[in-house]
Order: sequence, then structure tokens, then C-alpha cells
Amino acid sequence: MSPGLVIGATVLLPVFGALAVLLLRSNPNVREAGTLIVGGLTFWHVLGLLQMVLDGARPRLDLFEVVPGVPIAFEVEPLGMVFALVASFLWPVTSLYAIGYMRGHHEENQTRFFFFFAIAIAGALGVAFSANLFTLFLFYEFLTFCTFPLVTHHQTEEAKRSGRIYLGILLTTSVGLQLLAIIWTWQLAGTVDFRDGGILAGTASAGVLGAILVLYVYGVGKAALMPFHRWLPAAMVAPTPVSALLHAVAVVKAGVFTVLKIAVYVFGIDLLQTLATTPWLAWAAATTIILGSLVAFTKDNLKARLAYSTISQLSYIVLGAMLANEMGIIGGGMHIAMHAFGKITLFFAAGAVMVAAHEKNISRMHGLGRTMPITFGAFFIGSLSIIGLPPAGGSWSKWFLGMGTLEAGQLGLLAVLMVSSLLGLYYLLEVPVKAFFFKPAEGSHHHEGIHEAPLPSLIAICITAAATVGLFFWPDLWYDLMVMVVQGAAGGAQ
Amino acid sequence: MAEAIFTHLVEETGLSDHFEIDSVGTISYHVGGWPPPIGIELRIDLVNAFVAVIVAMIGAIAIPYARTSIAQEVSEDRGALFYAAFILSLAGLLGISVTGDVFNVFVFLEVSSLSGYAMIALGQDRRALTAAFQYLIMGSVGATFIVIGIGLMYVMTGTLNMADLAARLPEVANNRTIPVAFTFLTVGITLKLALFPLHLWLPNAYTYAPSAVTAFMASTATKVSVYLLLRFFFTVFGESFSYEVMQLDRVLLPLAVVAILAMSLVAIYQANVKRLLAFSSVAQIGYMVLGISFGSVLGVTAGIIHLFNHALMKGALFMAMGCVMYRVGSVRIEKMAGLGKSMPWTMAAFVAGGLSLIGVPATVGFVSKWYLVQAALEQGMWPVAVVVLIGSLMALIYIWKVVEVAYFQSAEPGAEIREAPLSMLIPTWILVAASFYFGIDASLTADVATRAAETLIGGLQ
Repeated sequence: MSPGLVIGATVLLPVFGALAVLLLRSNPNVREAGTLIVGGLTFWHVLGLLQMVLDGARPRLDLFEVVPGVPIAFEVEPLGMVFALVASFLWPVTSLYAIGYMRGHHEENQTRFFFFFAIAIAGALGVAFSANLFTLFLFYEFLTFCTFPLVTHHQTEEAKRSGRIYLGILLTTSVGLQLLAIIWTWQLAGTVDFRDGGILAGTASAGVLGAILVLYVYGVGKAALMPFHRWLPAAMVAPTPVSALLHAVAVVKAGVFTVLKIAVYVFGIDLLQTLATTPWLAWAAATTIILGSLVAFTKDNLKARLAYSTISQLSYIVLGAMLANEMGIIGGGMHIAMHAFGKITLFFAAGAVMVAAHEKNISRMHGLGRTMPITFGAFFIGSLSIIGLPPAGGSWSKWFLGMGTLEAGQLGLLAVLMVSSLLGLYYLLEVPVKAFFFKPAEGSHHHEGIHEAPLPSLIAICITAAATVGLFFWPDLWYDLMVMVVQGAAGGAQ
Repeated sequence: MAEAIFTHLVEETGLSDHFEIDSVGTISYHVGGWPPPIGIELRIDLVNAFVAVIVAMIGAIAIPYARTSIAQEVSEDRGALFYAAFILSLAGLLGISVTGDVFNVFVFLEVSSLSGYAMIALGQDRRALTAAFQYLIMGSVGATFIVIGIGLMYVMTGTLNMADLAARLPEVANNRTIPVAFTFLTVGITLKLALFPLHLWLPNAYTYAPSAVTAFMASTATKVSVYLLLRFFFTVFGESFSYEVMQLDRVLLPLAVVAILAMSLVAIYQANVKRLLAFSSVAQIGYMVLGISFGSVLGVTAGIIHLFNHALMKGALFMAMGCVMYRVGSVRIEKMAGLGKSMPWTMAAFVAGGLSLIGVPATVGFVSKWYLVQAALEQGMWPVAVVVLIGSLMALIYIWKVVEVAYFQSAEPGAEIREAPLSMLIPTWILVAASFYFGIDASLTADVATRAAETLIGGLQ
């Protein structure tokens, strides 16, 4: 197959998967098998593209010209590869988890659930492979709309309210700020392509470009930079597999990926360094990091706590982009992968507790670790990764981000990273500690008869937890890809 | 190919000496063989060819749709009346599109309007009568203003032919009469196209007319009026007179901005979805006029593109509401509970049309917004660009109000509602499909609109 065809197949496969789900709806076992097979095939295709990217190629696929000069086009470059690898690998794993969760939790409308789940992956892959701002925006919005039925899956009053916040914030930021920035870019640069070294350098005064940067960074609402973060906790009303894949991986990572991509390929590192708003935005991200962690502290509901932890962690990546140096970009890009594996493990564990013990609140999980050792063991590993401790992958991305702050001469930002890790140490490790070492509260009989989560879910948890540890020992792939990104960016600027 | 067929047909019918085709492909037909400016000229260039295509296309899609819809909403003895009025209205609108004679414009305008009043009055709700009467009064005032403007121009120049007027008007432009004629025409036409604050007739007319009529009129009647605005401002009076002497932009720009914001806001508070869409139409007309008010090639391109795109999406939305009317008997929001389940295709069409109204990428609405925001930024008016985007977000609110009721509330128990018949669904979905097709590949519409804008602004120099 030609490279272009592989790209097309990769983005379309999840759509076929969705159609298969629809056709096979009468038999749930066959339906889920369909999802898993298509998920595996999609990942296989992404691996094929990975090989090409590692060989230095940039496979490309041009589709229609929407308006003259603005085509829908795909180009696979190393940064997009990072995101695509993460999303396509975690999709089948999450599907496996969802099989156990959705049945164990007796959820309704499972066909619709798996249908939009697959469609959302197509959207995420479209974002990852987009060759220009327009294509990226197209799939970004596509992702917003096709995840709406997932967020509001329960169709209750609460789901409706959360759905409003979700759509409201994501669309207000993307249409009101991001689209304006995109059209402004088009007006200034005459192109919206992603190019090594950026397209905006020298097209307008530093003030205007700085303003556009602010529009972009806040316009990507999916990156959840405060004050546009409210949609993320609101979306936690969704079933846990949705929270796991979409709000720890696909949707939020589409956001921070967009920020990184715009920083590297629209502005370029060199231009970014000269703009007055860049350090300002780095501090905005730092504020979100600290505030997100602090709010996470106050949450007793486990999923809500993880949501605020995600908000905090996403800003690590925004911070990495706004450091505007190679280490920051490398750290930010690697954090996309590292955080994804760590956070999805945490969400899986939270969902497993909900299915097996029907518990949402941390204060009621005392002693549960003894009945669910695998789940809470995995939670522990995931926590280590988020905090940035060995032996979990998260330590690498934190390391590079820290190096980035030093290179930028911003000791204050380094301190922010450290403080945030310390906060994480408390609010995340509190959960396994209470589960393993605290005695169940007096008179709580509900822990009897509780077993581990259903087998498919348990397998999924073990896969992601193992991968989190594996990333500590073998981070080379992500590092290599990110080095290709910064080298390409430097090469293009010369 | 098409040109060869056309030439062949002309020769076969022995009309070749009535036709003239110039080097850029403008077709001129001399009615009755009298050469212009003495005789009436039908003149088709890229601008009105595009408008004629829109009108004819919507007409062709609306007629099959109307068969089922009208059979239910209009009593049987008046069915024939509807079809007669519909064909007359279509003829009138096409007539306005193709004529090169300003008095002819007035005649065709009255043909289309009078038949339009009759069609609105056919609505089953008794308020349709007052709505039609209101439209009759206001429409007639508009038409009178237009004919006064035409008369004043004729007094000054002695000609009614558009090309001839364009050549002669500059000689007498210093006379006070011409600005007065210009003003009468502007007010008359903006009343016809329902520019805020001259839109008062539109919401009632669209709400109480039979569904098929609303779908047809919303996609054609106001669009043809926008075309008239373009034709008079750019071809007849010329860009420099309209924008520099009369400072048209200073009037149109604020009105368009207010239309977008205020009418979208009013739409949010409507409980009747047809009325909601009607107010949304007034806001969308604001977008077209906004583009025109810039007076630049990019702005006029945006206006013309939106003319086409809005016809597609609003047609689809009103047709979807016609389907709801057919099955449920009401288009009030609270009656739509559970329709997402019982009428999945209809509501999916509504969501798709709504996405286009919001301006989600890959729909026609996005293409319009792309050009409009670009045109605003080109003028350095970034607050106006922000207004355009705020309008999109307000569209999100009023569309989502309907979506939430249809998909999140369950139907009243005992209500047996089925999907609308195919004869209505297929035309609806043709428009939905077109609104996606031209959103993904807008090269055709963008190209035609750009060339049309260049033709207009280049004038007849």
C-alpha cells in the first residue's frame, strides 16, 4: 500500500469499526470482538506508519480543497505519531476494559456507546495526522461533537447539564478564539500548513503575533488551561471507560497536542522565544498546575480528584510548549505518552472499584485494597507515574520538563513542578494507602463479597500498569520521536 | 458542452437574432426582438446565473416535498390554488433573477410577492391570515418604495435598462434626485430582504405559512432580494457612488451587526421552532449584508457564498420542521420530546442543518464564516469578526435547545409517532447532503462567488 493509502486506512478503520458495531448489534459478543479486531488493525497500521516516520519519511495524503489553498490533508510527522500511537494502542485496551465495565455495571445503550467510541478514535487520529490548521480544526470539532453522546450517555438531567458545560466551553473557545486565530494566521501567512520552523515568522509585529498566540493557547479549550477547565470535571458524569480513554487520552491529549503542534509548526521555537506573551502563558500554565493540584486535594470523589489531577498535568505539556526550548518540547511531547498511560491506569482502577464495590468516594475505600489488590496495586503504579517517580514512565517527561525550565532560566517554574509533584504525592497516594493500610470503618459491611473487577477489565488494567513501568525502562521510542520533532524544527528554521 | 447545447437550441428555435453572447459569456436576450435599451432585455451574467440556479434548485426540491406536506396542511379544495401560487412565485423569482430591466424587476417582484402572500394565507393556523396581511402591507410599502426609486431614475435618465442606466447615471449624479432614488431603492429592497429593523413581517409569515412554503420562501425570496441589492448598488449605481458618495457601508454595517446579535438573541427565546428559525434567518441575512457592506471583493464573495449556503441549510432545517409538523402537528419545542428516538432521520437532519448554522467545519456554514471573518480582518475590523463568531455561538444555543428536548426528554406516554414519509425525508436529506458536500468541497461555490464579486465590483467598465 502506498503511504497515503495507509493514512487513509488508519483514519477510516475506526469508522468501519463503528459501522461493524452497528451491524453486529444483535450479538454483543460478536460486536465487541469486532471492536477489538478493528482496534488491533488500526494499531497495526499506525505501527506501519511509525516505521516510515522513523525512516525519516513524512507520508502524506491530500484530499479535497475546501476553499482555494485550504485542503483537507494529512501528513504524518513525529509529533503526530506520538499522539496516534498512544490513542490507537489504548483504544483496543480500553475497549477490553469497557466490555467488563459496561456489562458489570449493567449500562444501557451499549451499541451506541461502542459506536461513538470508535468514531471518536477516528477523530483523534484525524487530529494527530492533520497537515494543516484547517484539517486539525475540522477533526478537533468533530471530536467535540462525537464525544457529546458519550459524555451524556446516561441521558439524565445531570448528564444534560454536564453536556451543556462540555459543549459550551469547548465550542466557545474553539469558535470564538481558535478559529479567529486560524483565519488571522491565514490572512497573515497566506497558508495554514504546518511547516518545520513555523509559518508566522516575520508576517506581523511581535505584538500581533503575541496576541495570536494567546488566542491559540486559550482557544484550544481541550487543553483545559484555567479558566477554561470546567468542562473536564463536568465530563466525568460519563461512564468510566469514556473518562479513561477520552478524558485522559484522546480528547485532552488532542488539546495539548494541538498546542504543541501550533507552537512548533505554526510559530516555531525561535519565534516563540521572542514573543512577549510566551513567558506569560508559561506562568498561566504554572498557575493551572498548582491550582489543579490544590483543587484535587479537596475532592473526595475519586473520579473528580483524577479530573483535577488531569487538568494540572495537561498544563505540564502547555508549559513545556511555552518554555520555547528543545528540552521543553521534548518533555511536553513525552508527557503526552507518559501521562496517558499513567492516568488511564488510574481511571481504570477507579472504574473497577465502582463496578466491584460500588464506591465513588475515597473516604469509603478504607481496607478495599485487601479485597482488590491488583486494582489498587495498579493505582499505585499509575500514581507513581503521575507524580514522576521511578520506576514509572512519568519520571522521564518530568525530567526533561525540569531541564527545560533550567534552560529557560526559570527557576520559579522548576519550583512549581516540584511543588506539584509533592502535592501529587499526597492526593494520589492517599488512595492506595487508605485502601491497603486503613481498617474498614466500623459497621461497614459492604466490603463482604467484593471481588476484583470483571476479568476483561482486570486484564486491561494490568496491560496499562505494565506499560507504565515499561515506559520507564524503554522510553527511547518517544524520546527519539521528539528529538526528530525539535531537529526538524531547527532544520526548517535555518 | 452546455454552451453548445444552448447555441444549438437557440438556432433550432430560430431565435438567434434575439440573443447576444459577449466574450465573457454574458447572455443577453432581447424580448420581442427589440434591441435594448428600447426593448426589455433579459441579461444573465455570472451573478444572476448563480442566483437563478439557487432558486430553480430549491424550487425543484421543494415541489416533490410539498406534495405530501401540503396534502395534509392545506384543505383539498385549495390544493390547486397552492400549486398555481407556487409556480407563479417561482416564475416571479426567476424573472427577477434574469431580467436586465429595472421596471421588469418591479413587475416580477410583485408577481412573486402577491403569490407569496396567497401561499402564506393558506396556512392552517388562522393567524396565517393576519401574517399574510401584515406581509402584504409591508411588502407593498417596500415595492412602492422600489417603484418610486425606479421612477425617479427614469425621470432623470429616460431609460430603464440596467446597463444603460449605469452608463447614464454618472452624468446626473450631482442632481439631488439620484441620491433620493438611491435611498428609496435601498429602503424598499432592505424591507424585502428583511434587514433589521425592517424584518417585522418575516417571523409571522414564516411561522404560520404551510411548512413547504416556509422552506421554499426562506431559501429563495430573501435571497433574490439580496441579489437585487447587489445588482442595484454595484451594477446600476456603481461601487464608487454607493460606497463613497452615499456611504452605504455606514448604514449597512451597524444594521447587520445588530441583526446578527439581536436576532440571534431573540431566536434563543422562541418556543416555536419555525419562529426560532425565522429569527435565525433575519440574523443570517445580517451575515450576507455584513459581507456586502464591506464593499470589497472578499466581502461580497462572502455575501454571495452565504446566499447559496444559507439557502441549503435553512431549506433543510425548515423541511425537517415540516416533517415534524406532518407527524406531530406542532413545532413547539415542548412537543419534540423524544423525537430523537421516534423520528431519528428527521431529527438527524435537523442536527446536521443546525451544525451548518453554527458553522462547524465540513459544513457550508463554515465556508461562509471563513470568508466573512477573513473579509472583516482584511478591513482591520476585528471586533466585527468577533461578532460573526459570537453569532455562531448563539446559533449553538438555540439549536441545542431543540436538540436537548428531542434527545434527552422522553416522549409523552401513549404518543405513537412514526418517522416522516420518504417523500418528505428524501428532499430534506438532499439539502443536508448538499450542505455537507459544498462544505467539504467549496471550490465550485467559492470560485463562482469570487468571480461574481469581481464582475460586480469591476462593474461594466
